[in-house]
Amino acid sequence: MTMASPKISQDVLLNRESQNIKSEAPCFECKDFGLYYGSAQALKNINLFIPEKRVTAFIGPSGCGKSTLLRCMNRMNDLIDSVSLEGQMFLHGEDINSKSVNVAELRRKVGMVFQKPNPFPKTVYENVAYGLRLQGVNKKRVLDERVEWALKGAALWDEVKDRLQDNALGLSGGQQQRLVIARAIAIQPEVILLDEPASALDPISTLKIEELIIQLKKDYTVVIVTHNMQQAARISDYTAFLYLGELIEFDATDKLFTNPSDKKTEDYITGRYG
Amino acid sequence: MSSNKKIHKDPFYKSGTPWIWLNAGAVTVSVIVVVGLLVLIAFRGLGHFWPKTVYEIEYDNGTDIVQVIGERVETEEVPRQRIIESGIKLKGDQDRIERSLIKVGNREVLGVDFMLTVAPNELNVKKPNDVLVLERTQWGNSYGYLNAIKETGETLSILDAELQQELGGRLKRVLDLRERIEHIEKADIGAINFKLEKLRLKKRGLELDGITEPKYYDQIKSKQNEYTADYETLKKELDTLYREIARDSLILKVMTGQEVEINLSNIVKAYQPNNMSLGEKVIFYIKTFWGFMTDDPREANTEGGIFPAIFGTVLTVMLMSIVVTPFGVIAAIYLREYAKQGLFTRLVRISVNNLAGVPSIVYGVFGLGFFVYVVGGTIDELFFREALPAPTFGSGGLLWASLTLALLTVPVVIVATEEGLSRIPRSIREGSLALGATKAETLWRTVLPMTSPAIMTGLILAIARAAGEVAPLMLVGVVKLAPSLPLDGNAPFIHLERKFMHLGFHIYDVGFQSPNVEAARPLVYATALILVIVIVILNLAAIFTRNHLREKYKDLEQS
Repeated sequence: MTMASPKISQDVLLNRESQNIKSEAPCFECKDFGLYYGSAQALKNINLFIPEKRVTAFIGPSGCGKSTLLRCMNRMNDLIDSVSLEGQMFLHGEDINSKSVNVAELRRKVGMVFQKPNPFPKTVYENVAYGLRLQGVNKKRVLDERVEWALKGAALWDEVKDRLQDNALGLSGGQQQRLVIARAIAIQPEVILLDEPASALDPISTLKIEELIIQLKKDYTVVIVTHNMQQAARISDYTAFLYLGELIEFDATDKLFTNPSDKKTEDYITGRYG
Repeated sequence: MSSNKKIHKDPFYKSGTPWIWLNAGAVTVSVIVVVGLLVLIAFRGLGHFWPKTVYEIEYDNGTDIVQVIGERVETEEVPRQRIIESGIKLKGDQDRIERSLIKVGNREVLGVDFMLTVAPNELNVKKPNDVLVLERTQWGNSYGYLNAIKETGETLSILDAELQQELGGRLKRVLDLRERIEHIEKADIGAINFKLEKLRLKKRGLELDGITEPKYYDQIKSKQNEYTADYETLKKELDTLYREIARDSLILKVMTGQEVEINLSNIVKAYQPNNMSLGEKVIFYIKTFWGFMTDDPREANTEGGIFPAIFGTVLTVMLMSIVVTPFGVIAAIYLREYAKQGLFTRLVRISVNNLAGVPSIVYGVFGLGFFVYVVGGTIDELFFREALPAPTFGSGGLLWASLTLALLTVPVVIVATEEGLSRIPRSIREGSLALGATKAETLWRTVLPMTSPAIMTGLILAIARAAGEVAPLMLVGVVKLAPSLPLDGNAPFIHLERKFMHLGFHIYDVGFQSPNVEAARPLVYATALILVIVIVILNLAAIFTRNHLREKYKDLEQS
């Protein structure tokens, strides 16, 4: 992002959690994880653990594999035929790539929000209710309640409460992105993966999304991929720096940005490449 | 600009102007051709129903001076030489001679109902007000002067001036009677025949199953007797009606001077075109046109209406749509979503695309060989054994025609649906999958609804192709004259095994297989016009649905 980043209020910054990585409960764990597109290796030897109820950011230059790693966490890469994996990735101790895992069930636990807002061409209401209807929830009272709850959780309720039956495509870009987040939290996942959620948005919408992410970590584990280092610094508790498919450094955000232990990390955050 | 002579103009061809002219010209030619075609068909077809002036001509045919009464159907200019060569003694000395085709009717008296006249030999042309035109159920039109009306053979003594009015009243009575007769014959007796046939088949079925207990047979026998008794009652009523309808007749003085007696029961319409005001003509026109749309054909299809053909066309296309859409969509989903994309899938796809190019008559042959003989024959053996050797599904019929058309058009639907599926952005699928939907759920809940406009586009193309198709239908069930509609009041109401009529085949039949080509020609244009209108209406319905769906899922155009 070339424009000036929006100011974040001081209390948001102070909201950062205690940052002793040893004391955190693990959510995701990667062991020697690697990924190939055909014969090209996109991820190498990733050893990483993602703490629960925290915001973890993946940063790195374009093509470093941060989105690929994120998409492995709910097996979105299954859709690409040429992908092959090595090593393991655990969610609460269970290997998510083992054959016995029900992928749809996994994705219900690990929700995802994409770079470009992708609401369905349905009403606002039906977009949020989509995941619930998939689970067989069809009682109007229950749906109404959960839709309102999810939209409030995504800080969108006040803006759309009078237009629930309008087409979701009529919302602005920022509203659409929050709608997609509402859609993800409506099914109460454990983890929310965000793939550059603010890269297509204006500064005001970006600010709203960032505030929302900080709110979300109360109930969810949040993993966010971002191009914007200021954004990572503002909202994340932990940051992982990836470069050319390798995990270079993973640490508490303050530590990584102020005192990186690897030369490559320092070069990147000081703007020498990327 | 004049000060700078170095800036030279590009050559003309570089400016692009000729290119634009070429494009615009091509578009113009296409539009003119299409519009011209429609205008020609509409003009010729619609003109047929207008009440034409009837002329009385004193005509010198070279040997005698005769009286000719009839409608001028068309007039053309012919070189004098050609007329002389054809052996006609011409009066006057013009180089170009106007020659007219005159419809004189009265086929039973004159032998032919058209004759040619040349203008110089027409000595005296009149438009008599009281000339009467009769449209009849037999022998085509009749032109002449009303001389008298007879009731049970006795001439009525009424004034000449009141004859016409009297005729109108009596014709009305005949029309009412005819309606009652038709109702009894088609609905009541038709139903009894249908039931009797079912009983016969039931009895035959019992015999085939080797059941000999008399109680079944007695039951059938008693029912048969009951229906036969019903039939006898109706028959008696019918006989009375037939006697009633044949009561009146009229005496018409035709152009040869002969007096012809015509029974009123043979008359469909009687009118005096020269005596009509414009308003009356318009009303007459609308009535005639409506009759054309809603009546059954008469006289080997050269008279009457085309309703069964319209009905058959629409029903075939609708059945075809019902069959082709699910098949095409399911095949496309498999090809695009589930099949592993590789050499084999590509081969299948190429084959499907090429299927669209197979000549339609080949599909007809396949439909006859596979649907009619193999599938229909098997169905007959399994379920309609008692009717054999008469085929039920084992000969051409509505169902097989629709299936053949569906086969013919399924590639179009597959290609259009695949195109639509490939245009759904991946982000939408991923959004659905990320919410825990399986692939099938994603397809059903999100992808397919968004593909529906593309599916409708495929269906529109399919309808456009199927509705105009004639060749394959001739092999699998279309007939010149179907005795009954495939839809009627006898259970199960829709009779898919029945043969049916079709507008496209009707055009061919009327225009080229009819015993009276001159009389039938305007009907060819009118039927062609109706066929075009039917196809346009079917297409408009589909386009309307598609636009509605497009409006609903309009984001596709944006992203």
